Amino acid sequence: MNLRRDDPILNMSGVRFQWPGRTSFALNVPAFCLQRGETVLLLGESGSGKSTLLSLICGTLQTGTGTIAVSGTDLAALSGAGRDRLRAEQIGVIFQQFNLLPFATVSDNILLPLRFAPNRRSRTKMPFEEATRLCRSLGLPDDLLGQRAASLSVGQQQRVAVARALIGQPPLMIADEPTSSLDAGSQNAFLDLMFGQLGEIGASLLMVSHDPRLGDRFDRVVELSDIAMIEGRAA
Amino acid sequence: MIIRLAIASLSARALTVGMTILAIALSVTLFLGVEKIRTGAKTSFSDTISGTDLIVGARSGSVQLLLYSVFRIGNATNNVTWESYQEIAQRPEIEWIVPISLGDSHRQFRVMGTSTAFFEYYQYRQDRSLETAEGALMDDLFDAVIGSDVADTLEYSVGDPIVVAHGLASFTEHKDQPFRVSGILKKTGTPVDRTVIVSMEAIEAIHVDWKSGAKVPGKTTPVDMIRQMDLTPKAVTAALIGVKSPLQTFTLQRAVNDYTEEPLLAILPGVALQELWGIVGIAETALLAVSAMVVVTALIGMMATIFSSLNERRREMAIFRAVGARPSNILGMLVLEAMLTAAVGALLGFCFLYVGLLAAQPVLDSAYGIWLPIEPPKWREIGVVLAVIAAGAIVSLVPAYRAYRLSLADGMMVKS
Repeated sequence: MNLRRDDPILNMSGVRFQWPGRTSFALNVPAFCLQRGETVLLLGESGSGKSTLLSLICGTLQTGTGTIAVSGTDLAALSGAGRDRLRAEQIGVIFQQFNLLPFATVSDNILLPLRFAPNRRSRTKMPFEEATRLCRSLGLPDDLLGQRAASLSVGQQQRVAVARALIGQPPLMIADEPTSSLDAGSQNAFLDLMFGQLGEIGASLLMVSHDPRLGDRFDRVVELSDIAMIEGRAA
Repeated sequence: MIIRLAIASLSARALTVGMTILAIALSVTLFLGVEKIRTGAKTSFSDTISGTDLIVGARSGSVQLLLYSVFRIGNATNNVTWESYQEIAQRPEIEWIVPISLGDSHRQFRVMGTSTAFFEYYQYRQDRSLETAEGALMDDLFDAVIGSDVADTLEYSVGDPIVVAHGLASFTEHKDQPFRVSGILKKTGTPVDRTVIVSMEAIEAIHVDWKSGAKVPGKTTPVDMIRQMDLTPKAVTAALIGVKSPLQTFTLQRAVNDYTEEPLLAILPGVALQELWGIVGIAETALLAVSAMVVVTALIGMMATIFSSLNERRREMAIFRAVGARPSNILGMLVLEAMLTAAVGALLGFCFLYVGLLAAQPVLDSAYGIWLPIEPPKWREIGVVLAVIAAGAIVSLVPAYRAYRLSLADGMMVKS
């Protein structure tokens, strides 16, 4: 992949997505751009098409028209496998919950993306040590690494998910309501840790939430309805 | 790491996976067990007679002759006259010849009249000869040597008297001439173990007062008088022959088959055994096919389990997709899991087989004379294991393809 450092990490223009076989719902994104190192909070209620938008950016859904470029690479120009590879290399993803393979150990969960992203793997000289370091800096005790993910508390699981998203230093992190399953106290602690690690590697963050109170930390706060026009209702 | 994840994923579903493994293991045990018994029975049969070049008897079928002369299964249709026997015995090709006379029984065991040469020339398991465990071979006219199963079942020891019955399931016993156990043979795993062996003369002796299968009323020749009589046999049931050179086997066989005085048949034991396998082959194949179907059934059971687990595993697949796995990676992982399951099942099946063999070996040996050797797995058996793993992979492709489709549609988000 031929990447230029000055390309925005994410650039969407003229995107129109329609679920195949359904005419009632369509998502339009005329223009949206995310610079390298920029952190953006995208505010939107559920049903506002945010899942669809994130799936489009991650390349698991394909647009009919328009361009979505991640790190300067147009997703439409890639095959399915190519989009999977681009996602593996460029994007760390955190969901609201169920981020981890419950049966696998914490360290296997953290190291999992490296299996699908050779570049991230080669950047990570000593993967296990790196996983340990990430865990420590996210406030997780070392002995957690060998435990099964299912035995962790939700807060711990979310922090492990951050470690997984950040291992191998991908340039973009996408977070889908990562704090909504946490109580208010741990929300702040979680975001502190996440932003600390993000800043260290200089990655961009696109975080979706319905909670505008989180906005202070971000470079930009964008209403989803400002960038995306929904026709009909999402499922 | 992927294998470690697959193992972790499987052990997280230990109960269902365990049941699947158990089903596969049992089916593999069944398959290998059937195979083992099949080959074991074959070797037992083939091992029953060795070193004998030809068997001669009255003309019937070659399999029939083999069965009654060696395996004591079924009966002779006719005898060979003593004159013909003598004439064949005189032929230059003959290295040795052993007469066999059948037709009487002791309790559930058959009585065989023969000469002491039988103990010298009869061989089993390639080159083993008969040996006495206790006592000695026949010396007196009314001496009997019994096989180890006879001794065990009837709890006989050397010196015990026994009474021989005429015919095979008859109650007319030859009470006048009680025999004495002179020796007990070591276990051989052949029909000899279930045979009472007496001399040819003894067979004549017990029939002195009999005519046409019935006792002549009121006539009882005292034992002392019998001992004085000429007890040269009038007929033999069959004869085992060794030739001087293997090349003469066919010459002698042709000569016997073309014998003009009476219709005779000479067979090569190995050839007759092959014919026998030809007959039982169909049943054998059917048995093998049934046990193979059981393996297939177990694998289809595994397929059903994978199918039913797919829905609850969609989140898991979404996580894989989120970190960059392709749908084909998902497919590969499911196939890998199936192969691991099948492999563990097949190996466990192997363990069950050996445990089963350890338990069944003595029982099968004493009950059926089939000796199943416990030995390291053969290539053929390893091939079976590999085939089960491969079949597991193929079978799992069906649910794995569904998972592929699901993960392609779901992407990173599971719509539930």
